[in-house]
Amino acid sequence: MGRTLSEKVWDAHVVRHADGEPDLLYIDLHLVHEVTSPQAFDGLRLAGRPVRRPDLTIATEDHNVPTLDVDKPIADLVSRTQVDTLRKNAKEFGIRIHTLGDPDQGVVHVIGPQLGLTQPGMTVVCGDSHTSTHGAFGAIAFGIGTSEVEHVLATQTLMQARPKTMAVTVDGVLPDGVSAKDLVLALIAQVGTGGGQGYIVEYRGEAIRALSMEARMTICNMSIEWGAKAGMIAPDETTYSYLKDKPHAPQGVDWEAAVEYWNSLATDDDASFDREISLRAEDIAPFVTWGTNPGQGVPLSANVPSPDDFDDENEKVAATRALEYMGLTAGTPLREVRVDTVFLGSCTNGRIEDLRAAAGVLAGRKVADGTRMLVVPGSGRVLLQAESEGLDKIFKDAGAEWRGAGCSMCLGMNPDTLAPGERSASTSNRNFEGRQGKGGRTHLVSPLVAAATAVLGTLAAPTDLQPLDVPVPENV
Amino acid sequence: MDAFTQHIGTAAPLRRSNVDTDQIIPAVYLKRVTRTGFEDGLFAAWRNDPEFVLNKPEYDGVSVLVAGPDFGTGSSREHAVWALMDFGFRVVVSARFGDIFRGNSGKAGLLAALVTEDVVEQLWATVEKDPGTKVTVDLEAKTISAGELSAPFEIDDYTRYRLLNGLDDVGITLSHEADISTYEATRPAFKPATLPAKA
Ligand code: SF4
Repeated sequence: MGRTLSEKVWDAHVVRHADGEPDLLYIDLHLVHEVTSPQAFDGLRLAGRPVRRPDLTIATEDHNVPTLDVDKPIADLVSRTQVDTLRKNAKEFGIRIHTLGDPDQGVVHVIGPQLGLTQPGMTVVCGDSHTSTHGAFGAIAFGIGTSEVEHVLATQTLMQARPKTMAVTVDGVLPDGVSAKDLVLALIAQVGTGGGQGYIVEYRGEAIRALSMEARMTICNMSIEWGAKAGMIAPDETTYSYLKDKPHAPQGVDWEAAVEYWNSLATDDDASFDREISLRAEDIAPFVTWGTNPGQGVPLSANVPSPDDFDDENEKVAATRALEYMGLTAGTPLREVRVDTVFLGSCTNGRIEDLRAAAGVLAGRKVADGTRMLVVPGSGRVLLQAESEGLDKIFKDAGAEWRGAGCSMCLGMNPDTLAPGERSASTSNRNFEGRQGKGGRTHLVSPLVAAATAVLGTLAAPTDLQPLDVPVPENV
Repeated sequence: MDAFTQHIGTAAPLRRSNVDTDQIIPAVYLKRVTRTGFEDGLFAAWRNDPEFVLNKPEYDGVSVLVAGPDFGTGSSREHAVWALMDFGFRVVVSARFGDIFRGNSGKAGLLAALVTEDVVEQLWATVEKDPGTKVTVDLEAKTISAGELSAPFEIDDYTRYRLLNGLDDVGITLSHEADISTYEATRPAFKPATLPAKA
């Protein structure tokens, strides 16, 4: 019988298989950042172990770095110590590192793809759950904890039980103004935050094939938000043309050999999945979350739901608690919800296409009085690209803040946080209680919805905006 | 890692579902570069609330946490496991765990015992009625008992074996070093390397 994409990639990385034990999997690429690595390096030092493959390892600083005054020493001493610790560890163990101010510094999941280090058919891990992002290339990519970071540093392998397989098929064509983010939020609302547990998911179908590489990353990024082990999309021409001129893409005969191999990875026609879900792209509309987990979402056109709308007792209780935390009343149209802060960025939606989409809405418009907007490019390179296209100017003219690269308000570990009770529309991936700052209230949205919301000061889509008198410049 | 065979202690009922790792320990508490000292960040947002279960004197000194479904979803931060352990927990019981959290628990020596929702309900009722009830978690037999209740829990065989023997994963894997080297020799030339750096 045929095999699925994930089975082919998995099989190609089994170093050792023994019945009743997890497989020992080889890891092709290990991404490292400052927050989940210090204790792992300590473990190596204690045991006197080297990093087995520094040449398959790369580090950057992203989670706790500031996005202002990045040329000065980090003001928060504890953060500075953590960043310095990574720099010292990288030096001691011979690991390549991209530090603040470098074009290849930025959110770790933006860096792998932009350097061409993320390629089809690989295994990619990082001490960060959104490692699933890299699955967009047809890689098996998943997040690990610090003990596993140490394990990979020491052995370049991981012990992993083989997950089950799932297909999510999205047929049809996404309506105008509906993006990958809306699609994945709608999916999570349907299947719930635990719906993918134990599975590697393959996203397939016409609507997925039509997505750009960056949009595919947005989808795979959110796989963890419905509990999946990893999310993948089979590589195709879109993948290859994105990769082709990236710094670490294979060259010459290597490129040809690679493409031939990559083309063999697609799920065989006679393969079967343990579970299949399908969605129609036409049914999907701009989506926002109203609650405190990514599954608590509805179309923007809907009203805030009531706990009574849920049959399941746990969901009812969760909805009651979420409404209280979010300061929302059941029945309120989401379009009437006022937003204090708009955050555009993160490994979900901090790439150049996301910035272009938002700038296209903001060009010629202003951020509403009483609303602030933070634009945080995913990496130094995204920042430079945006500046070369004049996007920074559009954001600044609109009254938004143009910041340096990093995770920033996605997790509020640096000074970019929400105040208690403050409400955000955020292009990131988690609306958990306190995620963006203690007491902060997060609505997850797409870049288009984020931009329109910034203009109106209430949750909105671009179609809610007054048309502009003057046409938008050509380049956005 | 210390071997884990049986644990006896009192338990706290956490009547919440979807307690993600951001709630177990918020990001601002993750800046430490040491492996201990994370107890101050445990459930930080709730610890000021006198009604929060861990603030109630009758639950002082608990070492077993009984939580609603989808405990430990979200971020991969192993600090969530460390914070629970630093606070004094040795066992977490739930009807569903986030995958990465469950993996991290097994590595760090915290037992994540998977039970049915019904067992969670019974445990909640038992320890709410009498917070002093001793809960016995037997990893050898894969059972959890408290008062009248005795129920099986699930844990994957390999994690159980490692916990029972207190084994270190890296050590086990390095005993297969020859397999790793053999595999490495077969990796295709087109696979990327981070070094030398290209830009
Ligand atoms: S941007 Fe957010 S989700 Fe992505 S790696 Fe950073 S903190 Fe994690």
